[in-house]
Amino acid sequence: MEFFERFAIPHPDPMIYASMVAIVLVSIAIVAGLTYFKKWGYLWNEWLTTTDHKRIGIMYLISALVMLFRGGADAVMMRLQLSSPEMEFLNAQHYNEVFTTHGVVMIFFMAMPFVIGLMNYVVPLQIGARDVAFPRLNALSFWLFFAGAMLFNISFVIGGSPDAGWTNYFPLASNEFSQSVGVNYYMWALQISGIGTLMTGINFVVTIFKMRAPGMKLMKMPMFTWSALITNVIIVFAFPVLTVALLMGTFDRQFGTSFFATGNGGMDMYWANLFWVWGHPEVYILILPAFGIYSEIISTFSQRNLYGYKSMVASMVLISLLSFFVWVHHFFTMGQGALTNSIFSITTMAIAIPTGIKIFNWLLTMWKGKIRFTVPMLYSVAFIPLFTVGGVTGVMLAMASADYQYHNTMFLVAHFHNTIIPGVVYAMLAGLTYWWPKMFGFILNERIGKWAFWFNVVGFVLAFFPMYITGLDGQARRMYTYSESTGFTPLNMLSFVGAGLMAIAFILIAYNIFYSIKNSPRNVGDDPWNARSLEWATHNPVPEYNFAIEPEVNSSEAFWDHKKKKHTLFKGKIDKIHMPNNSGIPIIMAGILFVFGFSFVFSIWPAVIIAAIAFFACMMYSSFENDQGRYISADEVKETEEKFGGASK
Amino acid sequence: MKELFPIKQVNGFIFSLLLTVVALSVYFMDMSFTAGMTILLVTAFVQAIVQFVLFMHAGESDDKRTIYTTLYYSALIALVTIFGSLLAMVWDM
Repeated sequence: MEFFERFAIPHPDPMIYASMVAIVLVSIAIVAGLTYFKKWGYLWNEWLTTTDHKRIGIMYLISALVMLFRGGADAVMMRLQLSSPEMEFLNAQHYNEVFTTHGVVMIFFMAMPFVIGLMNYVVPLQIGARDVAFPRLNALSFWLFFAGAMLFNISFVIGGSPDAGWTNYFPLASNEFSQSVGVNYYMWALQISGIGTLMTGINFVVTIFKMRAPGMKLMKMPMFTWSALITNVIIVFAFPVLTVALLMGTFDRQFGTSFFATGNGGMDMYWANLFWVWGHPEVYILILPAFGIYSEIISTFSQRNLYGYKSMVASMVLISLLSFFVWVHHFFTMGQGALTNSIFSITTMAIAIPTGIKIFNWLLTMWKGKIRFTVPMLYSVAFIPLFTVGGVTGVMLAMASADYQYHNTMFLVAHFHNTIIPGVVYAMLAGLTYWWPKMFGFILNERIGKWAFWFNVVGFVLAFFPMYITGLDGQARRMYTYSESTGFTPLNMLSFVGAGLMAIAFILIAYNIFYSIKNSPRNVGDDPWNARSLEWATHNPVPEYNFAIEPEVNSSEAFWDHKKKKHTLFKGKIDKIHMPNNSGIPIIMAGILFVFGFSFVFSIWPAVIIAAIAFFACMMYSSFENDQGRYISADEVKETEEKFGGASK
Repeated sequence: MKELFPIKQVNGFIFSLLLTVVALSVYFMDMSFTAGMTILLVTAFVQAIVQFVLFMHAGESDDKRTIYTTLYYSALIALVTIFGSLLAMVWDM
């Protein structure tokens, strides 16, 4: 029994026991359902082993939506706890675990897969490719992300959640102050999913450089593809830093090294430094694809070409470079001198310039446009003023001397939510709604979507704008309670109401998916939004080979040219198409890494060693495997095309 | 036969071994922290260049501009990260 004692949770709570029961029941229901409906074969052949970028993209999106609800539940719990003074809903320890989980889940397991999922689905279509450069690596990326996410999510029922914040600063995260295995979970969950992200980065840089349709020069790529390219370049440069930092942290906690120790020549502040060397570029990894999505949507629904294409690209390149020059602004108050703080203060403010250029470009795209206020466009239009407020408070925080006042208060919390929710979350919702017909062949109900939008925006403003005020009044972040005499009560109550409205918005979005599956008309055609870029030139939903004939392009809006300027997109004739084979190796490797990570968390060394050997065996097997892919014959392609209503238009 | 013998690569191999020995000497010889760090930084970057140019064949293909741009970009970011960290954590603390 002694062996199993390590799996017990250090801070049990009725809610955690309830979640344990819920997890077990849901797992049993899924297994039983799959068996009853005989769907195991379908699941394995069509989804779990797939190397199709579209299916991998959809799996990313499903995971992201599930994680959105997990992280959202954490958020509502926190707002409830703070809604009135001396609340006894969560205790201090539980609150620490909830805000840590909220941060990690939202950044790593919601925003990242959402961004990568949309890139997976859209980028190959936008550049006229049939898949990504390394389809099997793409599957491995997804499954590594998934293994990391699952590892993180079991932490609160087996062994205890991490509780040192999503930034996991040492010395708080060291063995001395975080005795449970929670922080080990943090290290390994992020390590495994981070390696998956790094692979995605390499995969997409190669895809975009090497697999564009004939005629698509770099400066003729659609804006979302440009943003994806730059994002993935940042991933390739930033993620190795996280990998190294996590490994050093693991060594400190499990092998007794002193990288981040306060003695023995170690330096606890160095964790914060490395974390933000990765962490600040990460912010742009999330926001740049969002900018790309807004560019596509605003241009489509204003029915004008994107204003200032070249300056859009230039500003993104500049942002990507500057993103590596600003990380110290996350810890202005750590004690470095005025010189350092001034340098990083100025580089930080400089980022406002390229971002401002983009804001003006979007406004000028809408100028004199024939605007249609669909759901994606509503989110994009709401994004512009709300994100600008977030940007302006960002410049306030960038002033190092003033930051001593704002640091670690709710003002900061309001600022980064103000950029990340209208910036990233709205973009993901807008992108999901915009490309939904591409994925599934029908449009999400607009009326429910608009209700969800208004709940979302009003809820957001009510939830986060009060924090600016309480923050300036001195309410610290990550405090699980406050006394009535502080006077924070009314504004915190308002925040809770806002959080409730946002929760309703997300429930409406989920309901909308079910409602539209049942009720939406399926005859929306291939181009329901009257869009401009190449992904709309193929059928809805997209056949597995994407394009029957490789398109030829001569501008960034090839499909618009095709519709309005008599540009012929598809010149060749239908031929056999080379496609990648499915493979079970990625999911098996991710499963092995899950076992590896789990055993490492609990220092069960025999299992760690066995899993490591099995992992390398899989790699050996893969390198000796002779997989040449398969061909879809020309006849089969023609047959599919006819089912969609005639060969390419 | 002479054209077939990879003289550049053999020389490069010897040179990279030499760089390793120099870097290793920092551990065995008694020198100041600054001197040791300088030697390590210089040998590390020269070593990286040797590896990229000679053994990973940067500059031998058509996409040599892309490869060198990427390398310069990486070097820039590595330097900014290293010196930025030194500034924030050591020199200006």
